[in-house]
Amino acid sequence: MSSISRAEAAHLARLARLDLAPDELDHLAGQLDAIADFVAKVSEVAADDIPPTSHALPMTNVFRDDVPRPGLTQEQALDQAPGAEDGRFRVPKILGEEA
Amino acid sequence: MSAELTRMTAAGLAKAIRSGEASAVEVTQAHLDRIAAVDGQVHAFLHVDTDGAITAARSVDERLAAGEELSPLAGVPLALKDVFTTSDMPTTCGSKILEGWRPPYDATVTRRLREAGVVILGKTNLDEFAMGSSTENSAFGPTRNPWDLARIPGGSGGGSSASLASFQAPLAIGTDTGGSIRQPAAVTGTVGVKPTYGGVSRYGLVACASSLDQGGPCARTVLDAALLHSVIAGHDPMDSTSIDKPVPDVVAAARRGADGDLSGVRVGVVKEFAGEGYQAGVLARFSDAVELLAKLGAEVVEVSCPHFEYALPAYYLILPSEVSSNLARFDAMRYGLRVGDDGVRSAEEVMNLTRGKGFGSEAKRRIMLGTYALSSGYYDAYYGQAQKVRTLVTRDFDAAFEQVDVLVSPTTPTTAFPIGERVDDPLAMYMADLCTIPSNLAGNASASFPCGLADEDGLPVGLHVMAPALADDRLYRIGAAVEQAFASAWGGPLLDRVPELEVA
Repeated sequence: MSSISRAEAAHLARLARLDLAPDELDHLAGQLDAIADFVAKVSEVAADDIPPTSHALPMTNVFRDDVPRPGLTQEQALDQAPGAEDGRFRVPKILGEEA
Repeated sequence: MSAELTRMTAAGLAKAIRSGEASAVEVTQAHLDRIAAVDGQVHAFLHVDTDGAITAARSVDERLAAGEELSPLAGVPLALKDVFTTSDMPTTCGSKILEGWRPPYDATVTRRLREAGVVILGKTNLDEFAMGSSTENSAFGPTRNPWDLARIPGGSGGGSSASLASFQAPLAIGTDTGGSIRQPAAVTGTVGVKPTYGGVSRYGLVACASSLDQGGPCARTVLDAALLHSVIAGHDPMDSTSIDKPVPDVVAAARRGADGDLSGVRVGVVKEFAGEGYQAGVLARFSDAVELLAKLGAEVVEVSCPHFEYALPAYYLILPSEVSSNLARFDAMRYGLRVGDDGVRSAEEVMNLTRGKGFGSEAKRRIMLGTYALSSGYYDAYYGQAQKVRTLVTRDFDAAFEQVDVLVSPTTPTTAFPIGERVDDPLAMYMADLCTIPSNLAGNASASFPCGLADEDGLPVGLHVMAPALADDRLYRIGAAVEQAFASAWGGPLLDRVPELEVA
């Protein structure tokens, strides 16, 4: 299986929205490569005809009664926000200068 | 009296409170004093709620005085892993990204503890988002093992295990995704039980890997763990994976086990969990425990589980995949840390900076590994194949449980290792969970019980017992039988031999 190069690690960090310093990236890339090598051991198992398990105890269609119950108040929901304004979450701009 | 109270079992404290021998406030104050005296060295707690604990204890005393019927653990103090939400205390998950976060609601486990009159002393340290085997991945500094302060107390629930072994709390709550209740129990000489997946509600448990995470009881005795298990377990409509069936009678099983008779119980020793990589003293104590089981009447056979050796690599594909998805919620928008919001940077730049600053190395490693395993082109070879291995591990358990009632192995291949030894060697760290991970993948019940001290370093060793899903009671019967037999052989419980800490 393929290994994780520094360039690939940088790509993964971008996909995962992690801003990493260059030395941190160097360090993590080497470790990720070693871990990827180790986990590739799963390919030794012949499992073509084996169904996958996504959950320990499979359950389907788990429903609660459709009864309204109190949720958080606006005050509670905004209480721990890093920024709030006019009863809403205040967030940094979501569109670039060009937009 | 105060020092005696901190040495008592939870069952003993509950009885003393009920009979009026000690008040709940006295019991709580004794533990708060102990925390003040020793936690500077141990660092089991991230937050101690002195006022809240005393208020909760006073309420128990008042209700008892009014003649109310209270739960079997009313007034007994407990240390809560800081990954369960608490509306009156911070919930940090050991991460800078949630430093100081005050959740607007209680986890179901928190609520059940409060309803039972259990006094929550505070929140315990853990590896960041419960990811690690040493508690060194906490953003707030490591916890130390009371048996040797230069060593790790296990992880991720090292704060919980260390609080028990240093007599700061008689009960604690842990969570186990790959061994985070059982491995800390093993290396501190305490008891830790991972209930069947779905046995304890995950509502308000901040998610690490949702298909594997399970809360459970930690204690110094098997009966205490059983009493706590019955307080926190049971169906919860707020968790769609919660089991809608009666909780096995774990307290009765613990009492029955204390008779010391295991005749008719079939025990399988997992053949694959021995040999290279296992410390000699761990194997020696494990073999003592197996001999003891036979002496107590159990029928012991060797059982092969050929796919267990693939459980660890499969786990390190499944877990990071779920982690990369679960930790995506920390986006600096609605709660938690926000870095670099200067009016110029975009939301995406702020998100990148916040996550880069807020997460520690292990969280980053796992997020990136999960992102990799779920990438198109690699998905089938990695995540898909790991899910098939998960099926094969479950089938190994199913086949084994046709022959035997429980499986046993060492809990972890070595005793507590020195702080710093594996912190930058992730693969060495991952080996600590070699024996515990199969139960998380299959979802069945398992536990660790103290089985002695390794000859070479005098540190605790754990006996790992695995039972089928929904047969949690078997763990308690076996654990209690082993506990009483060892205690009479040793002349007292293992924790009698933990070194005295200097009192501040």
